[in-house]
Amino acid sequence: MAVNSTLVCIAVLLATSMLAIIVHKARLGTRIIYVCVIAACLIILGVAVFRLLGSPGSAATVTLPIGLPWIGARFRVDALTAFFQIVINLGGTAASLYALGYGEHEEAPGRVLPFYPAFLAGMNLVLVADDAFSYLIAWEFMSLSSWALVVAHHRDGENTRAGYIYILMASFGTLALLLAFGLLAGPGGSYGFGEIRSAQRADWLPGLVLILVLIGTGSKAGLAPLHVWLPLAHPAAPSHVSALMSGVMTKVAVYGFIRIAFDLLGPPAWWWSIVVLALGSATAVLGVLFAILQRDLKRLLAYSTVENVGIIFIGLGLALAFKANGMTAASALAFTAALFHVLNHSFFKSLLFFGSGAVLTATGERDIEKLGGLIHPMPQTAFAFLGGCLAISALPPLNGFVSEWLLFQAILLSPDLPQWGLKLMVPAAGAMLALGAALSAACFVRCFGITFLGRPRSSEAAAARETDSFSRSGMFLLLAACLLAGLLPGLVIDAIAPVVQAHIGGRMPAQAAIAWLSIVPIAESRSSYNGLLVFLFIGLSTIFAVQIIHRFASNALRRGPAWDCGFPNSDPATQYTADSFAQPVRRVFSDVFQARETVDMPAPGDPRPARLDIKLRDLIWDAFYAPIGRWIAYAAEKLNHLQFLTIRRYLSLVFGALVALLLMVAIWP
Amino acid sequence: MARSVLDIAHMLAGGLVLVSFMLLYQVRMFGLLNVFALHALVLSLSVAWQAFSQNAPHLYITATIALVLKAIIIPVALHRVVLKLGIHRSIETVGGIGPTMLAGMGLVALSMVVMLRAAAEADPLAREDLAFALSVVLLGLLVMVTRRNAVSQIVGFMSLENGLILAATGAKGMPLVVEISVAFSVLVAFIVIGVFLFRIRERFDTVDVQALDDFRGERR
Amino acid sequence: MVLVLILAPLLLGFTRKVKARMLRRQGPPLLQPYRDLLRLSRKEVVLAENASWLFRSAPYMIFATTWVAAALVPTFATGLHFSWTADLIAITALLGSARLFLALVGMDVGTSFGGIGSSREMMFASLAEPAMIMIVFTVALVAGSTQLSYVANFMLTHASLRVSLGMALIALIIVALAENARIPVDNPATHLELTMVHEAMVLEYSGRHLAVIEMASALKLLLYISLIVCIFFPWGIAPLGAAPSAYLPGLATYLGKLMVGGFLLVLFETSIAKMRVFRVPEFLGTALMLGLLGTLLLFVSRSF
Repeated sequence: MAVNSTLVCIAVLLATSMLAIIVHKARLGTRIIYVCVIAACLIILGVAVFRLLGSPGSAATVTLPIGLPWIGARFRVDALTAFFQIVINLGGTAASLYALGYGEHEEAPGRVLPFYPAFLAGMNLVLVADDAFSYLIAWEFMSLSSWALVVAHHRDGENTRAGYIYILMASFGTLALLLAFGLLAGPGGSYGFGEIRSAQRADWLPGLVLILVLIGTGSKAGLAPLHVWLPLAHPAAPSHVSALMSGVMTKVAVYGFIRIAFDLLGPPAWWWSIVVLALGSATAVLGVLFAILQRDLKRLLAYSTVENVGIIFIGLGLALAFKANGMTAASALAFTAALFHVLNHSFFKSLLFFGSGAVLTATGERDIEKLGGLIHPMPQTAFAFLGGCLAISALPPLNGFVSEWLLFQAILLSPDLPQWGLKLMVPAAGAMLALGAALSAACFVRCFGITFLGRPRSSEAAAARETDSFSRSGMFLLLAACLLAGLLPGLVIDAIAPVVQAHIGGRMPAQAAIAWLSIVPIAESRSSYNGLLVFLFIGLSTIFAVQIIHRFASNALRRGPAWDCGFPNSDPATQYTADSFAQPVRRVFSDVFQARETVDMPAPGDPRPARLDIKLRDLIWDAFYAPIGRWIAYAAEKLNHLQFLTIRRYLSLVFGALVALLLMVAIWP
Repeated sequence: MARSVLDIAHMLAGGLVLVSFMLLYQVRMFGLLNVFALHALVLSLSVAWQAFSQNAPHLYITATIALVLKAIIIPVALHRVVLKLGIHRSIETVGGIGPTMLAGMGLVALSMVVMLRAAAEADPLAREDLAFALSVVLLGLLVMVTRRNAVSQIVGFMSLENGLILAATGAKGMPLVVEISVAFSVLVAFIVIGVFLFRIRERFDTVDVQALDDFRGERR
Repeated sequence: MVLVLILAPLLLGFTRKVKARMLRRQGPPLLQPYRDLLRLSRKEVVLAENASWLFRSAPYMIFATTWVAAALVPTFATGLHFSWTADLIAITALLGSARLFLALVGMDVGTSFGGIGSSREMMFASLAEPAMIMIVFTVALVAGSTQLSYVANFMLTHASLRVSLGMALIALIIVALAENARIPVDNPATHLELTMVHEAMVLEYSGRHLAVIEMASALKLLLYISLIVCIFFPWGIAPLGAAPSAYLPGLATYLGKLMVGGFLLVLFETSIAKMRVFRVPEFLGTALMLGLLGTLLLFVSRSF
């Protein structure tokens, strides 16, 4: 039943996409499209919740007579799919709700509206695909529709280049996945997931497939060093699409990884987790370090997505390590933590992107160096954005803290792992995780502080106005979701349990029965956490403090100019800039950035201003991509000669190929 | 053996590793010599504790030798050498402090893995002490590798010796004769190196080994 | 909970008095911080014209999170009623949220001083917080739990000198110095631009808001000293399930340990100079390294 309704809704989404081509010029066209999308997403969401929380049932496969003639296209909804459907469609609903207001400011709706429902349809199709062919078709469809959305504003700035690099990396990822599925299907060509699950393979095959899958899904998720397209492409799209790409599409990639590594490949080898842990921790730290230095608000958020994807992969790596060693309870804990973080990240990252879209609409600026003081004209947006910043910095009692806490608890179980490589890798990954969490707090203090606090740094910022109610309601919906997930983590853990049970073979102890709604991941004596009570304590202490102070001490208040240590300066340029805020961190971690500072001081008597130039290098780009680009250009240059050969040369090429093939036939045993 | 006795032995060995880390990030000559004196002091405490816990009184002599020779005489003498050479103001390291510390951490991890694997059948607590000793040796080598100045390289070499002595006393039953010979060889090496240093300084006006390479005609 | 609230300004007064005595001054009376807080809270608040609602509400948030964190640390008895709601990691994160709010309000009024304070504070935090987490890992791997009551109980019953705990202690002392804005990281008594970090963030506060923030920083100092005392020097604390008659000696030993801790802190502060800002990352990097080394040792072998 779940599969059928999902397929119907996907068809509805595709139909909406067609409708958008006709309707986008109409006055209410935008609203109609987004309302249709909301309806479709809500239906899938409801069905998925029912599937996950209700009867486990049997996951039936529905086969449609499209696609490859000897398999058809198979679709199936099991617990993992249902969980990710919840994540995706909740994100889609919130984004469409937000877009009901935001979409009104779109000056070329014909470029965005047809592709938006198609994008959502593609993502949902990836989740329900049950054979390799439909999976890959859906994956490519998702990439193409998001590419169209990225280049929707192709006249602005670097968007064309962003789209180019995006499509390049997406195709590369699909190639890797194609190879992976080819290896999995084996010489018999059995592409159905059911057959792949039960196939017998050579010993070396699963390792190779894992590497290919890491490349394929990792590039889409944003795993270093394949993340370079993310900070270019995510900011280029309209804000609600950026939210979907960052918050939701990366999760589809994570789904792909989980589906193959945890489900289709069978029992994992222990060394897989080393690769995943290493890549995850490197991604986490690199992502947040680059995020701290960004001036573009959306690019900052995109790099922060890279960091959070790294955190998710750390959790998945731990789960693989425990699973390979048969430590089911610990594996369940790590897997639950990773899935919880998937959910959390989709909430708060979408919230933050909505906020950035609101700022963009209000001021027309994405550069935070030109913003400031927006908390006064946009108090509600500021409040929601602040909530998002608190959630992403992993602070109690919000949801980000719960998933990081669960990850730390999983790391504390790791000394029982027998392999030496893991014994050394896991503490290092734990240290990187902690470093990433602390740096992300610094990053979001900078982001919120420079954008919303202080004084306006430009006239656009001074003239900002609060956004419309649809945008705000989208943001507050996600903020409420963050708060609920933080206060009632036990419910979320129990909801995730069927997924964990299916793929790990064990689950975390049932949390719903614990007193006071705490969560106890392993045992009461080891550790426990109660989000609700922490929230209540903080709330009661605040109220108590406010009451005591206001009752017994003075209540008087007076406004005056800022103190500023006795040297007030009314020019907003004297306040701290974003670059200055990031400078200490940049100096401490200077080896990663290879930053070069040049100061151009004018001679005494020369009234021109001094200049400080900071040049940053992206080492991954210089080390990996630039040489590949150069090599390809070189090869293309050389191969170009093939265009200009004489007829005799062409004939000899044909002759040579024929002789070689005949030789092969002669020699082949 | 009582748990606390072994814990103190671990504590002292771990302290020696920590002092080796401190050697890594010293940039000034006098600081380096002071930390080396501390290194030798911790070593002698550790050896004395081993003497107490293994009931081997000859190790007390080893401890005293380490204390007197390496914690007092050699640092004072090197102090005077440094003053005479006039290099007490120079700051010389290869590579930043951050990467050096990370390399140090990696070496400690490596020695843990190697020792706990290679000596898998041995008594677990002696094995851990040996792992610490190997870390001290490797860190001493790292000090030698990341310094340009010949005097600092000598200090690195001495700390390496300290690690060997720690390893030797950790294993039960090493005779005093070997100890005396080790101490004497250290002394002789020091005298030789000291003589050479003065000759080099006389000749080239510097003890920077990089400059020596240039003189030899090898360009990097 | 009430105990920490009462004791925090007393601890502050004690440290100031001892510091003055060491510098051959008379020093303020012991109860001066109470008088200061009372005086501040009675004064009128002067707000900058462009201060936002965040500026006005943040002091209470900072105070509330610090107070909740401080109330979760066992002082004279290991079994606190609500210790199962939050463990060491949650305490670290609560202090992190207090710090985040403080850094945000530093940027609120839009002056350069606030920016300096926030920027430096977040740089220190980006190293101090991972160091703290590593210390938590080390302690948790030794004690088998991150819950402070269980940790304190374990340390009480299985007292032993261990290398990893020694490293964790040194690292925790370094982190405590950094987090509480003491010398050598920051000078709590200065208003010079080059040397301010914590003071720079609260420069624009006055009146009752400033009183609340001062109380929060006093609570933080008490929290860290109590943490060091309860994990590494737990003798005298009333164990889990002990009768209330054991509380009184527990309280007496706790007060004694606080005095010793305060005295040692002041001794250290008067014997060392404040570090240049960019030497502090090396200082904190040492703490991170020690914490990582401790965790690594415990991963490699349980008996370290």
